[in-house]
Parts: sequence; structure tokens; C-alpha cells
Amino acid sequence: MAKLILLWLKCVIFWATIEAVFEDQVGKFDWRQQYVGKVRFSHFDTHVQSSKKVLVATERNVFAALNTRTGELFWRHVDKSGSEGNIDALLQHGQDAVLMVGNGRLLRSWEISVGGLNWEVVLDSGSFQSACLVGQQDMVKHVAVLKKTAISVHYLSNGHQKWIENLPETETVDYQAVYSDGNGEVYVLGVVPHSHIAIVVYSLEDGEIIKQMSVEAPWLSNIQASCVVVGQGMLTCVDSAAMSFYMLDLRLQLQMTQVPLQAYSVNLFSAETGRRLLDTTLIDFYSVFQLYVQAFLKKDDSVGYRAMVQTEDHTLTFIQQPGRVMWTREEALSDVVTMEMVDLPLTGTQAELEGEFGKKADGLMSMVMKRLSSQLILLQAWIAHLWKLFYDARKPRSQVKNDITIENLSRDEFNLQKMMVMVTASGKLFGIDSKTGGILWRHYLDNVPPNAAFKLMVQRTTAHFPHPPQCTLLIKDKDTGLATLHVFNPIFGKKSHVTPPALPQPVLQSLMLPLMDQDYAKVLLLIDDHYKVSAFPSTKNVLQQLQEMAASIFFYLVDSSQGRLSGYRLRTDLSTEQIWEVVIPPEVQRIVSVKGKRPNEHVHSQGRVMGDRSVLYKYLNPNLLAVVTESTDLHQERSFIGILLIDGVTGRIIHEAVQRKARGPVHVVHSENWVVYEYWSTKSRRNEFSVIELYEGMELYNSTVFSSLDRPHAPQVLQQSYIFPSSISTMEATLTEKGITSRHLLIGLPSGGILSLPKMFLDPRRPEIVSEQSREENLIPYAPELLIRTEWFINYNQTVSRVRGIYTAPSGLESTCLVVAYGLDIYQTRVYPSKQFDVLKDDYDYMLISSVLFALFFATMISKRLAEVKLLNRAWR
Amino acid sequence: MARLPAFNVAVVSTVLLIVWTDFVCCNNGRRVGDNLETEFSGFSVPLEHSFEVDDVARFRVRGSLVLKAGREPSVSLSQNQLSEEDRTKLKEVAAVDGLYRIRVPRVFLQADRQTERQMEGYLTAFVRACAMVESHLSDVISLHTDVSGYLIGVSIVTFPGACRGTEVEDEVDLEVFNTTLSIMAPVNAPGPETALFLERMEQESEKKGKNPQEQKSFFAKYWYLILGGAIFLMVSNSAQPPAGGGREQS
Repeated sequence: MAKLILLWLKCVIFWATIEAVFEDQVGKFDWRQQYVGKVRFSHFDTHVQSSKKVLVATERNVFAALNTRTGELFWRHVDKSGSEGNIDALLQHGQDAVLMVGNGRLLRSWEISVGGLNWEVVLDSGSFQSACLVGQQDMVKHVAVLKKTAISVHYLSNGHQKWIENLPETETVDYQAVYSDGNGEVYVLGVVPHSHIAIVVYSLEDGEIIKQMSVEAPWLSNIQASCVVVGQGMLTCVDSAAMSFYMLDLRLQLQMTQVPLQAYSVNLFSAETGRRLLDTTLIDFYSVFQLYVQAFLKKDDSVGYRAMVQTEDHTLTFIQQPGRVMWTREEALSDVVTMEMVDLPLTGTQAELEGEFGKKADGLMSMVMKRLSSQLILLQAWIAHLWKLFYDARKPRSQVKNDITIENLSRDEFNLQKMMVMVTASGKLFGIDSKTGGILWRHYLDNVPPNAAFKLMVQRTTAHFPHPPQCTLLIKDKDTGLATLHVFNPIFGKKSHVTPPALPQPVLQSLMLPLMDQDYAKVLLLIDDHYKVSAFPSTKNVLQQLQEMAASIFFYLVDSSQGRLSGYRLRTDLSTEQIWEVVIPPEVQRIVSVKGKRPNEHVHSQGRVMGDRSVLYKYLNPNLLAVVTESTDLHQERSFIGILLIDGVTGRIIHEAVQRKARGPVHVVHSENWVVYEYWSTKSRRNEFSVIELYEGMELYNSTVFSSLDRPHAPQVLQQSYIFPSSISTMEATLTEKGITSRHLLIGLPSGGILSLPKMFLDPRRPEIVSEQSREENLIPYAPELLIRTEWFINYNQTVSRVRGIYTAPSGLESTCLVVAYGLDIYQTRVYPSKQFDVLKDDYDYMLISSVLFALFFATMISKRLAEVKLLNRAWR
Repeated sequence: MARLPAFNVAVVSTVLLIVWTDFVCCNNGRRVGDNLETEFSGFSVPLEHSFEVDDVARFRVRGSLVLKAGREPSVSLSQNQLSEEDRTKLKEVAAVDGLYRIRVPRVFLQADRQTERQMEGYLTAFVRACAMVESHLSDVISLHTDVSGYLIGVSIVTFPGACRGTEVEDEVDLEVFNTTLSIMAPVNAPGPETALFLERMEQESEKKGKNPQEQKSFFAKYWYLILGGAIFLMVSNSAQPPAGGGREQS
């Protein structure tokens, strides 16, 4: 019996698992883009003439080497996020790159050709100021580290400390820079703001002070911000107020020389003479943030240069002489905040035909002419297509490129290719082709506050030709609550000619209604802090519709600081009235997340067929909210997590549960009739998953329509928990067109894997003891641990670093769900939760099936002929 | 009779409301402490209701809830009949599809002293007035508390819950409330059931141990088949003539 169960279990598991990708499918449906983030430090690898590397250390705690020819990554190291992995300084000498990490806590040396770690030492804690390499007779053997109160020198070969000295007069002088000129002296530069620069010279051998001096610099307040040492001890400072720069030879002069500057151009000055060598005016750039220049002497003794420019929109541009842009990297994409996938428009010809139906009929003759002309256009397109096929067939296969540009964008047969509209934290918007990952458009919003919250909404899809699709981005300042709207066309990225309403009041809530105006744009409601509602678009038609519908438009607000959840109803005059209120005392627990269901979700099956052929109906409340709270008491015995299921229309608490001895962070997915959440169990010290499912029971209260106002029975609640062997970064559920395909949970792990866990394993009806009925129902017997199977990783070896969010979108194929994981990297793929039941396999044998068909056809023809001959012969006999 | 068609309600349900966690200016009501009477081991709070034709809430006392704190909190309700005036008003409100609202003050059940029990603000809920009328005032009110005994929400549903537009002729039907009252504390969510699973595993392994048939290895069970197969192969091999042996040498 047990064996039978085991066998059956195996069957179920093998049947339920999705297959991993085959080797030849790698990169066919998926792509990954790796980013480094906004650059903080950069060095050109110059020790070998032919080197193509540029080293970058970024604000996302990434250390990487980029190819100067293509902009691709040679290698990349992703450190801990937050201040612990913060990169303070980057120095390079020959094959070694020295990195200061975590506010002077760690000193690391990397081998730059392959990106391997040479050594790492832990330093004394202390506020880090600056670091530099120290040379002696053209041999660089040491690295000096300057902290707030001390300076230490380390060997470059192994990181060991040579000496450490306390700095003099640390109360008055702010030491900010350290410099060595290569003859056994270490210069420490300090500043007394708006007074003078203090210079202390140490001996490299034993750390003794050789001399101390001070230079007048009343305009200077911060060395790091405005000064750099170039050449042989030449301190160069920029005074932006006076539009000039100052130079000081650290060894000789006690006075600074001044050179005036020109604005808005990249100029290269000789450090010795102050002569301008070359300049290139940059046009078409947003204001430049940082600039890294490498100048070199060409073979004919002229000066060549290469420059890497970081602009305000986090774009990294590499420029080579003469002002040629070699490559650009969109590093803003390392910080995607939110995204949407929009269907591509129909092709020009398809649109032409569609347009015919869209227009009003005006006479028989013109209609006929219109039809003829559109047929002609179709014919033309077809011939062009044939010609292209013929033309391409003559070229070798590798040369045939199907470059996707904004002009030839069109929807494919199964709507698998979409436009990914991505919003990044820097305020730059991107339109990315989901098939190739190519950036098709970019748009920089330059008035975005630094702490903005974004919400992207699709107001009109591409389905309403000739009206262009329309997306609206709500940009809200988190501090003031003031918001602005940016309305644009998601396919071309162009700002729409529709002027969005000005929003003088802070916005509390925004919601998309299923109502449409006469131009098929969905209505966006914005609720301000006086609980007044404004609509966008606010045409007469919309306002009329709103008045008619007002009594059935409800919304809710959450005030997590006061633990208040309140429901409102719209009145006909577009004011609102409060209708329900739930208050969760913030002294005990605080609301951490409120999750509704996705509006584009379809549920195909109303119920589940049980073992005895009866039906258990799902409680499919589209207005249900899952509210997650965490206890304020963080003691491991008393901490808990609360789960509230509240109806968003009536405020009725459908279910209230506490997970005791548990702590956040909690990740929640709410879909169909289930809520899945993940938490940390403080008692057992492990991550656990819990699933809540809601059922109406054996009979449906009102099968035709669901109304929150008329559902008196409370649903049955089932819950079960499991152990999960890893912590998780983010979680999302797959989504398909009609909801027939079984659901999977997509779980982003901190290791960079994206796990596709069948929902089947998270089912509170998994029986403890197997019975005939549960077997009939295909329920997997309960096991407390959820295993991570390696074939469940949808991104095989394509690690997605620091995954922050997963976006799922349905495709035109019911079996296929499009997935985008974003964090430091962006990864796009397709998943087939129930396998590809509606698609023929890639290696489907068309030859065999067609040859069999032909063979049968001819066989019947021949046998028919033979039979006729035979009949004729018989008749003659 | 401006009654909402079922269609509209259906549309509502498709409206998904997306949260923007935010600051809401609180509109605190006044403190109620006047009509409270402490009882032995329990205390009472007013249950108020409001139904107005113009839909502006004006709450009046409907009855009083007697709450008993403790490990198993309990609640009972004593309420008045609906007056003649109220009955007609309720029917009027139902005719314009107004709301029937209730509210209870926020209280802390586990506090020892009366002053600590009362907190600022109210918890409110509503039901459509027509549902109240058509159900002949039979409603189900549940009070929800959190882990530490704070009242966090109240909900009201009528049974049956639908508004079908049936006229309630008999005034008597709208006189007495037929209220089912309950107080609910959060349930404890289950953790992973390891103990039971291990027990089951042990039982299974025990069962295996008892049954020696199960323990036999693959070869022990099917030795005769394997042997038979091997003999058959050997026989068939030796029976074949050394094909092409002669040609190989040429």
C-alpha cells in the first residue's frame, strides 16, 4: 500500500513539475541585462596599451570592469547592499585595484584582468576620508588610508599594515585628502573652511612628520568636492562661484594660481601650463554629473582622449576622439520602480483594414473605393514581404538581422511580444521590446522629486485604433503628497497632447475605473486630502457616467500611521462620504501591506471538483483586501504577524488570523480565492509559507454575479503552513489570458534564482492521511517542507542580482505567461505553468506528418486506379 | 424607486481599489461616556445607528452592548423597538437606496479600569437600508477584536442580503430587531505540522518493518524472471550460426 502511495506520489510530482529549459532553448525566449548602477568611481586601465577595460565602482555597491569598445561587462562583483557594502574609494595600480568598503571597514585588492580577489583586510573602525597609493622610486608598494583622526599605510602586496599615526590638530583641521608623489613622502591635506589648506607631510618609512605648512584658500570649504591632485603634486581646485580653477604645486609653491573657465564644454587643460589642449562642446546631453577622461599620446604625438560621461539621468556614455559616441549604458535601469506591459499596435496594413470599420459609412462608392485601396495596400505589403524573403534567402543566415525599430513594431500572432514600459527611480522612462530587450525609446522627466513614488496606469490599450494607446504616470512626492501626472504614448514614448489636470492638493488615492470615455480612455479618479474626487479625463460624458454610477463606486484609504482603514462612497456631486471604518491600534501592530487582487485577473473555474464529484465553490470576491500587520513588540516570544481579509466595499472583516512567534518581512500574493504569505518564524528560526483559501461551500449563494453588498454568509477558511528552505526577496503569481492554466508562484530568491513553485504544493486541502477521495482529486499528501527543485528555476544560470520585483503579464496564448524580474539586473522570460498544451513543440516533425499525408493520398489514388482497372478487367471477362 | 440594478453592483465588484498608504485626517467623534453603566464583570457601550434620507449620518442609540472581557470575551445586546416614526423613515430611506449605518465606540476589552477602556473614535459599518427592510430587521452583527483585546472592527449583514424590491406591508415586521451578535477574536494560524508528519513517517516505516515481503530487494523478488531471461538470451545466442565468419577472413 505504502509503495503504491509512493509510486502515485512520484507520478503526481513528475506530472506536476514544469520542465526546465532544454540546452538549445537557452536564450531563445529569454534575455538578461546586467547593470552596475550609478557610477561613483572610475578608472581606465592604462597599464597595458591594448587594454580595453574601464573599472567602475558604483553607488549600488557594485565593482565591475567594462569593455571600452562595446560597453559590455567583463566581470562584476555585487557586494552587500546598504552601507555595509558601500564603496568608499577605488585605486588602481597595474593589475591591482584597491577598494575601500563599508566606511573604511574593509580594504580589498582585486586582480583586474579576471576580477579575482587578491586579499582582504579588516581595518579599525573610523570615519573614512580618503585613500591613495604611495610610491617610492617609481615603485608603488603601499597604500595610504586617511581616516578622520588617523592615517595608516598598508603593503600593496598583502594588505598588512606598515604603520598608523594619529593626525595633529584634528579639532580645527578637517583632513580630507591624502597624496603621495612617489619619493617617500605622504602629503595629508586638511582644510579649515574658508580660511586655509593645512598640509602635513609624513615620511613613508616610519610615519614621522617631516613638515607642516598652510596655504591661504578663503574660497575653499571642501577639498573632496572641489579639488584633485594631478601630475607631480599639482593640487587643482575648482571654484564654481568664480568660474575658475586654482593650481598649487604641493612641493614648491605657497600660492595658488588662478585660471578662468568656459562654461558648458568639455575642455582639456594641460596641468603644467594651463594651456587649453582641446575642447568639445557637448550637446544633446542632460546636465553632466561626472566625467572621467583618459588622455593619451597617439603615435604621431598628438593628444588623444577617451571620456566616460555620467549624466543626470544615470546614462553612461563613452566618447572617443573626435567626439564620437562609442556606446551608452542606461544605468537608470538598475533601479526600476514599476513597470507595465502594453500590447504592440497592429501593423500599418492591419490598422488600415481596422480603420475602415472604425469610420462612419459615407456612401457606397467611397466605401468600395476605400476597400479597394486597402486591398491594394495589402497586396503591396505582401509583395514587399515576399521580396524581402527572397532577398534575405540569398544572404548567408548570419547576416540576416531582424532589427526591431520603432517603425516596424507590430503585434505578433500570439501577442508574445510586448512593449515593456519601465519607470526608474531617477525619473527616466524606458520602452523596451520584450522579445529582444532592445531599448526603443527613453524619456527623462527632469522635475521628479528625489523621493517620489510612482504609479503607472494604462488608460487606453492599443485595441482602440485609431486612438493612440495612453499611459499615465502618477508621480507623487512622498513628503508633501503633491502629485503630477505625466501622460504619454507607451509605444513611442512621446508625451501626449492631452493636458493632464493640475493637482494643487495632495493626492491620497488614485483608482482606475472600468468606465471609459467616448475616446475609450479609462477614467482615473484622484482623491485629494479634502476627500474631493477629480476625474481624468473629465469630459462631460465622463462626468455624466460618474454621476450615474456614483452610488456603486467605492474606494478605501489606508492610514498606516494611525492604523486606520476607511471606506468611502462617491456621491453624485463628486464629493465622498465615509461609510466604514476599521481601526487597528498602532500601539500593538502596524499595517505593513495591503494587497488587493489584480484587475486583469481571470478565474476560469468557479469551483473545485471534489473526490466524490461534488463541487466546492471558490469565494471569488474581487474587492477582497489582504491586510498584513506586524507586531510592534519584537520580542521573539511575543512577536506576531496578523492577516486580515477585509472586503474593500463594506469593510467587513472576512477573516482575521495571527501567526504567533513570527516576524517580517512578509511577502504576500493575493489572487483568485487564495492568499499566500511568507514570514520568518522566530520560534523555529526558519522561513515559512502559509496559504489561506476561501470557499463558499458546496453551493453558490448567487452564481450570476458577485456583489459585496449581498453575500451574507462568511466563507469557509482553510489554512496550512509549510517550511521553506530559503529566504525570499519577492513573490508574484503567474497570470494567463483566461485563467485556465494552473497557477505557479514566482519567487525571487536572494541567491538570484527565480523559482517557479506550483500552487498545487501550497494547497490547504493537502491531506494528512491519503484517502481514495484525495487521490481522485490529485491532492498531494501533506509534507511540512517545500523542497526547492533545481528544475524549477526558470532562469537556469542567468542569475538576477538583487531581484526587487517580478512582473507577470498574460500573452495571447493561454499556456504562456510573460515574466519580467527586475532588480540590479533585468530578466525576461516566458513560463508555461501547465506546459505548452496549445503549441506544437519546437522540434515537431512537420516532414514526417506531411510525408505520411502525401503517401496516404497517393496510395489512395493509386489503389483507386488499380481497383478501377481490376473492375474493368472483371467486366470484360 | 431609484433602486440600483444588479448590474451596477456587479460593476462595483470589478472595480479594484489600489491603495496608496497615506495620511488621512482623522475626524474624531466626541467621547461618549455619558450613557455608560458599569456592570459586574462586564461593561456596556452604546450601539448607535443612523438612517437618513439625505445620507448625512446622524447617529442615535439603538441599544447597548454588554461586553464581558476575559479569555473568552462574550457580548450581549439589549435594544429597543423601532418607533413608528423610525419605521416610516427606514422605509423612506430604503426607497431612495440609502444606507443604514451602525457604529460602536472603540474600546479596549482587557483594561481593568473603566477610563482605560474607552478610546477615541468609532468603528462604523453599513448595510443597504432596503436589505434591512426586506430582511425584516434580521441582521448579523459581529465585533472583531485584535490579539490584545482592542475592538478593531464591526460588521453588519442582513439575512437575506438581497434587495429584490419586495414591499414590506406589515408594520409589525419592522418593529423588533432580530439580531444575531457575536464577538470574534483572531484565530491562530497553524504552523507547519511537523509532529504529525513524522509520526506518520514512523508508522509507515514500522509497517514496512513488519512486512518482510516489502523488504525484499529487487533481485530477491524477481530472480526467476531475470534468470529465465538470461537463459533465453544465452540459448538464442548459441543457437545462431556464426554468421559471416567465413567471409570475414577473405
